[in-house]
Amino acid sequence: MGGALGEGFIRRLLNRWALLAATVALVAVVLENNYYLSLLNFIGIHTILVVGLNLLMGYGGQISLGHAAFFGIGAYASGILTATYGVNPWLALIAGLIVCGIAAFLIGVPALKLHGYYLAMATLGFGIIVYIVLNEAQPWTGGPSGLSGIPSLSLGGLKLDTPWRLYLLIWLTVWAILLISANLVDSRTGRALRALHDSEAAARSLGVDTARLKLQVFVWSALYASLAGSLYAHTLNFVAPASFGFMFSIKLVTMVVLGGMASIWGSLMGAAVLTMLPELLAVFHDYETIVFGGILMVVMIFLPRGLVRGILDLWEFRKYKREGVRFQVSGFRD
Amino acid sequence: MILDLQEVSLAFGGVQALNNVSLSVPEGAVKAIIGPNGAGKTTLFNLVSGFLQPQEGRIIFKGEEIQGQPAHLLAAQGIGRTFQLVQLFDHMTVLENVMVGCHRRGHAGLLSGALRLPWTFSEEKAIRQWAWEALEFVGLTDRAHQFAAVLPLGLKRLLEIARALAAQPTILLLDEPASGLDAMETERLRDMILSLKDMGITILLVEHDMSLTMEVAEEIAVLNYGRLIADGPPRAVQKNPEVIAAYLGTDWQA
Repeated sequence: MGGALGEGFIRRLLNRWALLAATVALVAVVLENNYYLSLLNFIGIHTILVVGLNLLMGYGGQISLGHAAFFGIGAYASGILTATYGVNPWLALIAGLIVCGIAAFLIGVPALKLHGYYLAMATLGFGIIVYIVLNEAQPWTGGPSGLSGIPSLSLGGLKLDTPWRLYLLIWLTVWAILLISANLVDSRTGRALRALHDSEAAARSLGVDTARLKLQVFVWSALYASLAGSLYAHTLNFVAPASFGFMFSIKLVTMVVLGGMASIWGSLMGAAVLTMLPELLAVFHDYETIVFGGILMVVMIFLPRGLVRGILDLWEFRKYKREGVRFQVSGFRD
Repeated sequence: MILDLQEVSLAFGGVQALNNVSLSVPEGAVKAIIGPNGAGKTTLFNLVSGFLQPQEGRIIFKGEEIQGQPAHLLAAQGIGRTFQLVQLFDHMTVLENVMVGCHRRGHAGLLSGALRLPWTFSEEKAIRQWAWEALEFVGLTDRAHQFAAVLPLGLKRLLEIARALAAQPTILLLDEPASGLDAMETERLRDMILSLKDMGITILLVEHDMSLTMEVAEEIAVLNYGRLIADGPPRAVQKNPEVIAAYLGTDWQA
C-alpha cells in the first residue's frame, strides 16, 4: 500500500477508513447475536496482534516466533494487577505496556543482532521461557489452571462487560491501530523500515541506523501485543498459559502470511479468516495444527504475497496484459 | 585533501586484502581506482564507507579520523556510495527509494510518523521535493511511481546514484557504475559523473571501463593484490611499466 501519496491517495485512504468504520458498525447492528459479536471481538484482538507482527516481520523483515509471549505479558500484567491487587484496569493496561516495552527492549538488544533463523530461534526461546514462567510462577499467575476473577474495563461508570460494549471498545481500538500503522508505514521511519528489509547495507549507506530501527520496531510491535493482551484479559475475565504458548505464536505468523506480508489490510483479513475458520468448521478442531500448517504451506507456495496481495497481483497482471503494448514501448531506450 | 588513507591494512584470514595502502583524494576531484579483480578495490570502498574496519592505519575524512565509525554515521557526515551489485529497495517505488536517501535530512520519529503530527506534513513535502529533484537530475521522473525492481539495469544504476545524491554527500563512492551498461547508457553515466563534479562533489570511482575512466578521472590509483602500485594523473599511470605488466597488458597502449 506504500506508494503514491498525493491528493487522490489521501482521499482514497479516507474513503477506506470510513468504509471500514461503516462496515464494522453495520455488522454489529445486524449481528445482535452475542456469539458472533464475541467472535468479532477475538478477530479484533487478533488483528491488533497481527498488525504489530506484520510491521516487524512483513515490513521490517525481522522474524519473531515468540510474539505470543508479549501478548501473554500484557494479559497477565493486566490480570494480576487487577484481580490480585485491585489496581484500576486502565492503569494496569498502561503498566502492562511499560513492562512489555522493557521486556522487548531487553530481549531485543541481544536478539536483534542476530539474523534470519538465529533471530527466529532466539525469539522462539524467549516465547518458551515466558510460557514456562506463566506455568510455574503459581503464586502470581495461578499456574496451569489460570487466573480468574479479572474485572471488566469500565468507561465513565459504564462497565464494558457485554459483548456489544466490548465490541465498540475493541473495534475502535482496532480502527486506531490500523490507522496509525498505515501512517507509520508511509512515514520517514516506515520507509527506512521497508528499506532495511530489502537491503540493510544500502539503508546503512544512506544514514539509517538499522540496529536502532530494528529495536524500535520490535518494541513497538510488542506494545501492540501487550495492548491486545490486556484487552483479551478484560474480555475473557480469565487467562491461562495455554493461550500464550508456541502454537499461538505460529498461528500469528500464519495470520500474517495468509493476510499478506507487508500489508496492513491483509493483517485484518488474515486475522479474520484464521479466527473464524476453527469456529465455523467443527472438524477443524481436532486437526487444528495440521490445518494451520497446511494453510501456511499452500499460501507460501501459491500466494507468497498473501491472500490480499495475491488477488491484487492477479488483477494488476491482467491490467498489464491489457495495456501490455503501451507498457513495452515506454521503455528507457526510446 | 578531503580523504586521506594512511598505511591502511586489512587481511581476511590469510588473504591480505589491503597491504599498507596510502592514498589521498583531493577535494572536488574525480579519482579512479583500478586494478584486476580481487585487487582490493571494493574492500577499500567498504573501509571508507564504514562497512569494514581497518586492522592498521588511519582513514582521515575532512581532517578527522573516521576508521571504526559505523556506516550510518559516516553517511551522515557526507560519505555516499553505490554498490557493485545494485542494492535497491525493490519493493518500494523509485521515488520512495530516493526518499530513503533523504533520511538524514528529516527528523520525524516513529511516534510522530505514526500519529502523523501536523509538523511532519511539511517535512514529508520537503523530502518528496528533494527526492524529486534528485530524480530530475538523473532523468528518472517518468518512472517515479514504478517499483524499483522493474527498472532495467541501466536505470537501476542511475537510481542508485540519485538515491545516494539525495543524502547530500560531499564524497561519492561509485563502485563499477558502468558494469552492465551499453554504450549509450555509459555515455549518459559519463555526463552525469562530470555534472556531479561540477556540483562540487568529490568522486571516487572504481571502474573497469578504461575509456570512461580515462575520460573522467583526474587521478588514477592502481591496486594489485592489495598493494598500491601507482598513483597519479592518467598519462603517468598509463606509462608506468609495473601497471602495464600487472593489469593493463602489454598491448593496451596501442
